[in-house]
Amino acid sequence: MMYGSSPSSALPAIKARRGFFAAHGDVLREGIRDGAPIALGYFVVAFTLGIAARGAGLTASQGFLASLLLNASAGEYAGFALIAAKAAYWEVALVTLIANARYLLMSCALSQRLAPGTALRHRLLLGYDIADELFGISIARPGYLDPFYTYGAILVAAPCWAIGTAVGVTAGSILPLRVVSALGVALFGMFLAVIIPPARKSRVVAGVVAASFAASYGAAKLPLLATLSDGTRTILLTVVIAGLAAALFPISTAKEEPAGHAA
Amino acid sequence: MQHNIYLYLFVMAAVTYAIRVLPLTLIRQQIQNRFVQSFLYYVPYVTLAVMTFPAILGATQIPIAGALALGAGIVLAWCGAGLFSVSAACCAVVFLVELVLCR
Repeated sequence: MMYGSSPSSALPAIKARRGFFAAHGDVLREGIRDGAPIALGYFVVAFTLGIAARGAGLTASQGFLASLLLNASAGEYAGFALIAAKAAYWEVALVTLIANARYLLMSCALSQRLAPGTALRHRLLLGYDIADELFGISIARPGYLDPFYTYGAILVAAPCWAIGTAVGVTAGSILPLRVVSALGVALFGMFLAVIIPPARKSRVVAGVVAASFAASYGAAKLPLLATLSDGTRTILLTVVIAGLAAALFPISTAKEEPAGHAA
Repeated sequence: MQHNIYLYLFVMAAVTYAIRVLPLTLIRQQIQNRFVQSFLYYVPYVTLAVMTFPAILGATQIPIAGALALGAGIVLAWCGAGLFSVSAACCAVVFLVELVLCR
Protein backbone atom coordinates (compact mmCIF):
# COMPACT_ATOMS: atom_id res chain seq x y z
CA MET A 1 0.00 0.00 0.00
CA MET A 2 2.73 2.37 0.97
CA TYR A 3 4.14 2.69 -2.54
CA GLY A 4 0.75 3.30 -4.05
CA SER A 5 0.05 3.11 -7.79
CA SER A 6 1.34 6.42 -9.03
CA PRO A 7 1.55 8.28 -12.33
CA SER A 8 4.83 8.02 -14.21
CA SER A 9 6.37 11.34 -13.16
CA ALA A 10 9.27 11.34 -10.70
CA LEU A 11 7.52 13.47 -8.15
CA PRO A 12 5.08 10.89 -6.83
CA ALA A 13 7.94 8.42 -6.45
CA ILE A 14 9.73 10.81 -4.13
CA LYS A 15 6.53 11.45 -2.31
CA ALA A 16 6.03 7.72 -1.95
CA ARG A 17 9.47 7.29 -0.49
CA ARG A 18 8.84 10.10 1.89
CA GLY A 19 5.64 8.30 2.75
CA PHE A 20 7.62 5.18 3.56
CA PHE A 21 9.83 7.02 6.02
CA ALA A 22 6.93 8.92 7.42
CA ALA A 23 5.24 5.62 8.13
CA HIS A 24 8.21 3.58 9.33
CA GLY A 25 11.19 5.88 9.87
CA ASP A 26 10.59 6.59 13.54
CA VAL A 27 9.94 2.99 14.39
CA LEU A 28 12.98 1.89 12.41
CA ARG A 29 15.10 4.41 14.30
CA GLU A 30 13.74 3.19 17.63
CA GLY A 31 14.64 -0.33 16.60
CA ILE A 32 18.17 0.72 15.71
CA ARG A 33 18.45 2.59 19.01
CA ASP A 34 17.33 -0.41 21.08
CA GLY A 35 19.30 -2.77 18.86
CA ALA A 36 22.60 -0.95 19.39
CA PRO A 37 23.32 -2.27 22.90
CA ILE A 38 22.25 -5.71 21.74
CA ALA A 39 24.64 -5.40 18.83
CA LEU A 40 27.51 -4.57 21.19
CA GLY A 41 26.63 -7.48 23.42
CA TYR A 42 26.28 -9.73 20.39
CA PHE A 43 29.71 -8.75 19.19
CA VAL A 44 31.20 -9.81 22.49
CA VAL A 45 29.26 -13.07 22.73
CA ALA A 46 29.90 -13.86 19.06
CA PHE A 47 33.57 -13.35 19.74
CA THR A 48 33.52 -16.22 22.23
CA LEU A 49 31.45 -18.21 19.75
CA GLY A 50 34.17 -17.61 17.18
CA ILE A 51 36.64 -19.30 19.50
CA ALA A 52 34.43 -22.40 19.43
CA ALA A 53 34.12 -22.14 15.65
CA ARG A 54 37.86 -22.04 15.33
CA GLY A 55 38.07 -25.19 17.46
CA ALA A 56 35.71 -26.88 15.01
CA GLY A 57 38.02 -26.03 12.14
CA LEU A 58 36.00 -23.16 10.66
CA THR A 59 37.73 -20.30 8.91
CA ALA A 60 36.82 -16.70 9.72
CA SER A 61 34.61 -16.43 6.63
CA GLN A 62 32.86 -19.70 7.45
CA GLY A 63 32.25 -18.44 10.99
CA PHE A 64 30.89 -15.21 9.52
CA LEU A 65 28.57 -17.15 7.21
CA ALA A 66 27.42 -19.47 9.99
CA SER A 67 26.47 -16.57 12.25
CA LEU A 68 24.88 -14.58 9.45
CA LEU A 69 22.66 -17.53 8.52
CA LEU A 70 21.93 -18.90 11.98
CA ASN A 71 21.74 -16.06 14.51
CA ALA A 72 21.71 -18.62 17.28
CA SER A 73 24.16 -18.80 20.16
CA ALA A 74 23.47 -22.18 21.76
CA GLY A 75 22.48 -23.74 18.44
CA GLU A 76 25.74 -22.63 16.85
CA TYR A 77 27.82 -23.84 19.77
CA ALA A 78 26.15 -27.23 19.61
CA GLY A 79 26.55 -27.38 15.84
CA PHE A 80 30.23 -26.46 15.96
CA ALA A 81 30.86 -29.17 18.54
CA LEU A 82 29.29 -31.73 16.20
CA ILE A 83 31.20 -30.44 13.19
CA ALA A 84 34.38 -30.82 15.21
CA ALA A 85 33.36 -34.43 15.94
CA LYS A 86 32.62 -35.01 12.21
CA ALA A 87 29.06 -36.03 13.05
CA ALA A 88 26.51 -37.13 10.46
CA TYR A 89 24.37 -34.46 8.79
CA TRP A 90 21.17 -35.83 10.30
CA GLU A 91 22.72 -35.62 13.77
CA VAL A 92 23.58 -31.99 13.17
CA ALA A 93 20.03 -31.36 11.97
CA LEU A 94 18.53 -33.04 15.04
CA VAL A 95 20.73 -31.27 17.55
CA THR A 96 20.12 -27.93 15.84
CA LEU A 97 16.41 -28.64 16.08
CA ILE A 98 16.64 -29.38 19.81
CA ALA A 99 18.99 -26.52 20.65
CA ASN A 100 16.83 -24.03 18.78
CA ALA A 101 13.38 -25.42 19.54
CA ARG A 102 12.77 -22.56 21.97
CA TYR A 103 12.62 -20.29 18.94
CA LEU A 104 9.55 -22.27 17.90
CA LEU A 105 7.86 -21.17 21.12
CA MET A 106 9.10 -17.61 20.68
CA SER A 107 7.82 -17.56 17.12
CA CYS A 108 4.40 -18.75 18.33
CA ALA A 109 4.41 -16.02 20.95
CA LEU A 110 5.49 -13.39 18.44
CA SER A 111 2.79 -14.48 15.97
CA GLN A 112 0.28 -13.24 18.52
CA ARG A 113 1.83 -9.79 18.53
CA LEU A 114 1.51 -9.25 14.79
CA ALA A 115 -1.53 -7.45 13.47
CA PRO A 116 -3.81 -10.04 11.85
CA GLY A 117 -3.30 -8.68 8.32
CA THR A 118 0.51 -8.65 8.46
CA ALA A 119 1.90 -9.58 5.03
CA LEU A 120 3.72 -12.83 4.37
CA ARG A 121 6.96 -11.04 3.45
CA HIS A 122 7.09 -9.50 6.92
CA ARG A 123 6.55 -12.88 8.50
CA LEU A 124 9.32 -14.40 6.37
CA LEU A 125 11.71 -11.56 7.22
CA LEU A 126 10.95 -11.52 10.94
CA GLY A 127 11.66 -15.26 10.99
CA TYR A 128 15.23 -14.55 9.97
CA ASP A 129 16.30 -13.42 13.40
CA ILE A 130 13.98 -14.44 16.22
CA ALA A 131 16.79 -14.66 18.74
CA ASP A 132 16.55 -14.36 22.48
CA GLU A 133 17.30 -10.64 22.88
CA LEU A 134 15.70 -9.39 19.68
CA PHE A 135 12.64 -11.40 20.58
CA GLY A 136 12.81 -9.90 24.07
CA ILE A 137 12.72 -6.27 22.93
CA SER A 138 10.14 -7.02 20.22
CA ILE A 139 7.76 -8.65 22.66
CA ALA A 140 8.32 -5.78 25.10
CA ARG A 141 6.74 -3.33 22.63
CA PRO A 142 3.24 -2.23 23.55
CA GLY A 143 0.38 -3.42 21.38
CA TYR A 144 0.92 -4.95 17.95
CA LEU A 145 4.50 -5.18 16.81
CA ASP A 146 5.51 -2.97 13.89
CA PRO A 147 7.94 -5.28 12.00
CA PHE A 148 10.12 -2.28 11.16
CA TYR A 149 11.04 -1.93 14.82
CA THR A 150 12.53 -5.41 14.76
CA TYR A 151 14.14 -4.77 11.36
CA GLY A 152 15.93 -1.76 12.81
CA ALA A 153 17.32 -3.86 15.63
CA ILE A 154 18.29 -6.70 13.25
CA LEU A 155 19.99 -4.20 10.96
CA VAL A 156 22.57 -3.36 13.63
CA ALA A 157 22.60 -6.62 15.59
CA ALA A 158 22.97 -9.23 12.83
CA PRO A 159 26.12 -7.77 11.23
CA CYS A 160 27.76 -7.41 14.65
CA TRP A 161 26.92 -11.01 15.43
CA ALA A 162 28.50 -12.22 12.19
CA ILE A 163 31.54 -9.93 12.35
CA GLY A 164 32.09 -10.77 16.03
CA THR A 165 32.22 -14.45 15.14
CA ALA A 166 34.74 -13.86 12.37
CA VAL A 167 36.91 -11.74 14.67
CA GLY A 168 36.66 -14.43 17.35
CA VAL A 169 37.89 -17.08 14.91
CA THR A 170 40.81 -14.87 13.95
CA ALA A 171 41.79 -13.35 17.27
CA GLY A 172 40.15 -15.54 19.91
CA SER A 173 43.28 -17.37 20.88
CA ILE A 174 45.21 -14.24 21.79
CA LEU A 175 42.79 -13.18 24.56
CA PRO A 176 43.71 -14.19 28.11
CA LEU A 177 41.40 -16.72 29.79
CA ARG A 178 40.32 -14.09 32.33
CA VAL A 179 38.85 -11.88 29.64
CA VAL A 180 37.12 -14.76 27.84
CA SER A 181 35.66 -15.87 31.16
CA ALA A 182 34.33 -12.38 31.89
CA LEU A 183 32.85 -11.99 28.41
CA GLY A 184 31.13 -15.34 28.83
CA VAL A 185 28.43 -13.83 31.04
CA ALA A 186 27.52 -11.02 28.62
CA LEU A 187 24.64 -13.02 27.16
CA PHE A 188 23.21 -13.80 30.59
CA GLY A 189 23.36 -10.13 31.52
CA MET A 190 21.21 -9.35 28.50
CA PHE A 191 18.72 -12.05 29.44
CA LEU A 192 18.41 -10.50 32.90
CA ALA A 193 17.82 -7.07 31.41
CA VAL A 194 14.93 -8.54 29.42
CA ILE A 195 13.18 -10.55 32.16
CA ILE A 196 13.77 -8.54 35.34
CA PRO A 197 12.00 -5.23 34.53
CA PRO A 198 8.67 -6.97 33.76
CA ALA A 199 9.18 -9.01 36.92
CA ARG A 200 9.32 -5.75 38.83
CA LYS A 201 6.04 -4.62 37.32
CA SER A 202 4.14 -7.86 37.81
CA ARG A 203 4.35 -10.03 40.88
CA VAL A 204 3.22 -13.04 38.88
CA VAL A 205 6.04 -12.63 36.38
CA ALA A 206 8.47 -12.22 39.29
CA GLY A 207 7.18 -15.46 40.77
CA VAL A 208 7.43 -17.22 37.41
CA VAL A 209 11.03 -16.05 36.98
CA ALA A 210 11.96 -17.15 40.50
CA ALA A 211 10.27 -20.52 40.01
CA SER A 212 12.10 -20.92 36.70
CA PHE A 213 15.46 -20.25 38.35
CA ALA A 214 14.71 -22.78 41.10
CA ALA A 215 13.33 -25.46 38.78
CA SER A 216 16.19 -25.01 36.35
CA TYR A 217 18.69 -25.41 39.16
CA GLY A 218 16.89 -28.49 40.42
CA ALA A 219 16.66 -30.00 36.95
CA ALA A 220 20.39 -29.54 36.40
CA LYS A 221 21.09 -31.52 39.59
CA LEU A 222 18.41 -34.21 39.55
CA PRO A 223 19.78 -37.57 38.35
CA LEU A 224 17.36 -38.19 35.49
CA LEU A 225 16.83 -34.65 34.20
CA ALA A 226 20.50 -33.76 34.41
CA THR A 227 21.32 -36.28 31.68
CA LEU A 228 19.17 -34.39 29.17
CA SER A 229 20.86 -31.85 26.95
CA ASP A 230 20.55 -28.17 27.93
CA GLY A 231 18.27 -27.52 24.99
CA THR A 232 15.88 -30.35 25.85
CA ARG A 233 15.76 -29.32 29.48
CA THR A 234 14.99 -25.74 28.51
CA ILE A 235 12.04 -26.84 26.38
CA LEU A 236 10.73 -29.24 29.01
CA LEU A 237 10.90 -26.65 31.78
CA THR A 238 9.42 -23.94 29.58
CA VAL A 239 6.41 -26.06 28.68
CA VAL A 240 5.82 -27.20 32.27
CA ILE A 241 6.35 -23.86 34.05
CA ALA A 242 4.63 -21.64 31.46
CA GLY A 243 1.80 -24.20 31.37
CA LEU A 244 1.40 -24.11 35.14
CA ALA A 245 1.57 -20.31 35.21
CA ALA A 246 -1.04 -20.09 32.44
CA ALA A 247 -3.35 -22.45 34.32
CA LEU A 248 -2.93 -20.74 37.69
CA PHE A 249 -2.61 -17.10 36.59
CA PRO A 250 -4.32 -16.68 33.22
CA ILE A 251 -3.77 -13.22 31.77
CA SER A 252 -6.79 -11.04 31.25
CA THR A 253 -8.15 -11.58 27.75
CA ALA A 254 -9.15 -7.94 27.57
CA LYS A 255 -6.81 -7.73 24.55
CA GLU A 256 -3.92 -5.32 24.24
CA GLU A 257 -1.64 -5.21 27.21
CA PRO A 258 -1.37 -8.07 29.65
CA ALA A 259 0.02 -6.72 32.92
CA GLY A 260 3.77 -6.61 33.04
CA HIS A 261 4.62 -5.69 29.49
CA ALA A 262 7.21 -3.00 29.52
CA ALA A 263 6.48 0.02 27.41
CA MET B 1 32.21 -40.20 4.28
CA GLN B 2 33.59 -36.80 3.36
CA HIS B 3 31.97 -33.96 5.28
CA ASN B 4 31.59 -30.52 3.83
CA ILE B 5 31.50 -27.59 6.24
CA TYR B 6 29.23 -25.59 3.94
CA LEU B 7 26.77 -28.47 3.79
CA TYR B 8 26.84 -28.62 7.60
CA LEU B 9 26.10 -24.91 7.78
CA PHE B 10 23.33 -25.22 5.22
CA VAL B 11 21.65 -28.00 7.22
CA MET B 12 21.88 -25.97 10.43
CA ALA B 13 20.57 -22.83 8.75
CA ALA B 14 17.65 -24.60 7.05
CA VAL B 15 16.51 -26.26 10.28
CA THR B 16 16.85 -23.05 12.27
CA TYR B 17 14.97 -20.92 9.74
CA ALA B 18 12.16 -23.47 9.50
CA ILE B 19 11.74 -23.44 13.29
CA ARG B 20 11.51 -19.66 13.33
CA VAL B 21 9.38 -19.00 10.33
CA LEU B 22 6.77 -21.77 10.43
CA PRO B 23 4.79 -20.55 13.45
CA LEU B 24 4.97 -16.95 12.19
CA THR B 25 3.59 -17.89 8.78
CA LEU B 26 1.15 -20.60 9.84
CA ILE B 27 -0.46 -18.87 12.82
CA ARG B 28 -2.28 -16.04 11.07
CA GLN B 29 -5.07 -15.48 13.55
CA GLN B 30 -5.11 -14.22 17.07
CA ILE B 31 -5.41 -17.24 19.30
CA GLN B 32 -8.64 -16.92 21.27
CA ASN B 33 -7.98 -19.64 23.81
CA ARG B 34 -7.15 -17.95 27.09
CA PHE B 35 -4.87 -20.73 28.29
CA VAL B 36 -2.81 -20.71 25.09
CA GLN B 37 -2.62 -16.90 25.20
CA SER B 38 -1.39 -17.00 28.78
CA PHE B 39 1.03 -19.81 28.02
CA LEU B 40 2.63 -17.87 25.16
CA TYR B 41 2.78 -14.77 27.34
CA TYR B 42 4.81 -16.59 30.00
CA VAL B 43 7.06 -18.49 27.56
CA PRO B 44 9.76 -15.85 27.06
CA TYR B 45 10.23 -15.18 30.76
CA VAL B 46 10.50 -18.85 31.62
CA THR B 47 12.80 -19.70 28.72
CA LEU B 48 15.24 -16.87 29.36
CA ALA B 49 15.23 -17.47 33.13
CA VAL B 50 15.86 -21.19 32.68
CA MET B 51 18.70 -20.48 30.26
CA THR B 52 20.31 -18.02 32.65
CA PHE B 53 20.41 -20.04 35.83
CA PRO B 54 22.32 -22.15 36.75
CA ALA B 55 24.21 -21.89 33.43
CA ILE B 56 25.76 -18.57 34.49
CA LEU B 57 27.54 -20.35 37.34
CA GLY B 58 29.31 -22.62 34.87
CA ALA B 59 30.23 -19.89 32.41
CA THR B 60 32.99 -18.51 34.62
CA GLN B 61 36.19 -20.04 35.97
CA ILE B 62 34.74 -20.15 39.47
CA PRO B 63 31.00 -20.40 40.22
CA ILE B 64 31.05 -17.58 42.80
CA ALA B 65 32.00 -15.12 40.07
CA GLY B 66 28.96 -16.16 38.06
CA ALA B 67 26.75 -15.97 41.14
CA LEU B 68 27.88 -12.43 41.94
CA ALA B 69 27.40 -11.40 38.32
CA LEU B 70 23.87 -12.80 38.49
CA GLY B 71 23.15 -10.82 41.67
CA ALA B 72 24.58 -7.63 40.22
CA GLY B 73 22.64 -8.12 36.98
CA ILE B 74 19.34 -8.64 38.80
CA VAL B 75 19.80 -5.60 41.02
CA LEU B 76 20.80 -3.33 38.13
CA ALA B 77 18.00 -4.54 35.85
CA TRP B 78 15.55 -4.10 38.73
CA CYS B 79 16.72 -0.51 39.11
CA GLY B 80 16.08 0.12 35.43
CA ALA B 81 19.53 -0.19 33.86
CA GLY B 82 19.49 -0.95 30.14
CA LEU B 83 20.51 -4.02 28.20
CA PHE B 84 24.08 -3.00 27.63
CA SER B 85 24.78 -1.62 31.11
CA VAL B 86 23.53 -4.78 32.77
CA SER B 87 25.52 -6.95 30.42
CA ALA B 88 28.71 -4.92 30.83
CA ALA B 89 28.32 -4.82 34.60
CA CYS B 90 28.03 -8.61 34.74
CA CYS B 91 31.24 -8.93 32.73
CA ALA B 92 33.01 -6.42 34.96
CA VAL B 93 31.95 -8.23 38.13
CA VAL B 94 33.29 -11.54 36.82
CA PHE B 95 36.53 -9.94 35.74
CA LEU B 96 37.12 -8.29 39.11
CA VAL B 97 36.11 -11.30 41.19
CA GLU B 98 38.36 -13.60 39.23
CA LEU B 99 41.17 -11.08 39.35
CA VAL B 100 41.04 -11.30 43.14
CA LEU B 101 40.23 -14.98 43.62
CA CYS B 102 41.96 -16.70 40.68
CA ARG B 103 45.66 -16.98 40.40
